[in-house]
Amino acid sequence: MGSIKFSKEELERYSRHLIIPEFNIEGQRRLKNAKVLVVGSGGLGSPLLLYLTAAGVGTIGIVDFDLVDETNLQRQVLFSVDDVGQSKSASAIKRLKGLNPHVKFIEHNTRLTSENALEILSGYDVVADGTDNFPTRYLVNDACVILQKPNVYASIFRFEGQVSVFNYTDQNGNTGPNYRDLFPTPPPPGLVPSCAEGGVIGVLPGIIGSLQANEVIKVVTHIGDPLSGRLFLFDALTFETRTLKVHKDPTQESIVKLIDYQEFCGIGQEADDTPSVKEVTVRALEDMKDSGEAYQLIDVREPYEYEIANINGVLIPLDQIADQVDQIASDKKVVVHCRSGVRSANAISLLEKKFGFTNLYNLKGGILAYADEIDNTLAKY
Amino acid sequence: MKLEILLFGIAREIVGSSKLQLEQEEPVDVKSFKQVLQRRYPKMNHLSYYKVAINQEFAEDDQLIKEGDEIALIPPVSGGAF
Repeated sequence: MGSIKFSKEELERYSRHLIIPEFNIEGQRRLKNAKVLVVGSGGLGSPLLLYLTAAGVGTIGIVDFDLVDETNLQRQVLFSVDDVGQSKSASAIKRLKGLNPHVKFIEHNTRLTSENALEILSGYDVVADGTDNFPTRYLVNDACVILQKPNVYASIFRFEGQVSVFNYTDQNGNTGPNYRDLFPTPPPPGLVPSCAEGGVIGVLPGIIGSLQANEVIKVVTHIGDPLSGRLFLFDALTFETRTLKVHKDPTQESIVKLIDYQEFCGIGQEADDTPSVKEVTVRALEDMKDSGEAYQLIDVREPYEYEIANINGVLIPLDQIADQVDQIASDKKVVVHCRSGVRSANAISLLEKKFGFTNLYNLKGGILAYADEIDNTLAKY
Repeated sequence: MKLEILLFGIAREIVGSSKLQLEQEEPVDVKSFKQVLQRRYPKMNHLSYYKVAINQEFAEDDQLIKEGDEIALIPPVSGGAF
């Protein structure tokens, strides 16, 4: 470690680290010598990357194939208005270089897959997982286990966050539990909504991603006790926290190779969950409107969604539909819609089975398709 | 005995509260506890994918739940980068 040298500018920049007795120049050397891979540069990746860069991690790799979207800016503080439509990995590196020119960045503008994961991860000492889906979570976990690298994990949902350090090998050579010791197999698709479906309070990834950055720094510098063998839970609404002990599961089979994680998580099979019902396109709905044909439009979303955007449907939220069935016409065509078409298909299926309706049509693609094809003044959410 | 259960993630949404109380005749293990919960909250399907922590420690299916234990029900969560 003695071979790592700092310039005058670096010594001044990191002086607040260097004067902490437990950290000192040795900790800073370990940071500069470290190669950290951040998977996902979104809500969690934003504070992670900003703090790891500011702290002086020597080499930071970023895996992200996505583009910056307007809806990201509510929480992904790494990006600005000018970045919308641009590559996330490239925009992130541009911003981070301005923050600390002493850090080397490696861009992986690609989707992490079973084919490339081992090759990408093998170039790093520590992996920080801030992805948004189960297949990639299991992929990152399994690749870290195979390559024997610590996986600093964080995850968020609405007002709740989880943090842990998986597959961490301590100074005595003992390796702690990994993600599969906690959740051996993924839940079926649709059980747990993603941030896009479930929503997330914008400041939460800021809090949880900062805790994740702190764990990365501890793992790299060997200071303190990393969150290995423990899962931290934070509830931003009640400000309750829990740190739960996680044990290795002796019944777990050892992970020796990567698999097809889309298949493992049942992705692509979930389409079967949406009942097949009669449909109309948004264009057909417009034609019905223009021709003066009698029809009724029912909106089965929630009132707070109606406030974001609506197309003047009669609002009956899905869970109240059976109680308000008297409001649904039986003497003309009834078009039922929601955000993207899944809830409305479920509503129609229920109404047909339970009440014998035969005049119901699902609006294909929901209000999102309507915003795309008919009325682009509608807000998409 | 009365059991107090802390709910997290989607479980909280299904029950509509962050805590719930369950009256239980005799000590149960984690597996039968999940079955009791499943009967009472049919919407909470796929409970086998949830983890149960007793007194701040993740528990296996055969561990017994006793009066006064703090029980937490933790579903998996995937959100992060979106």
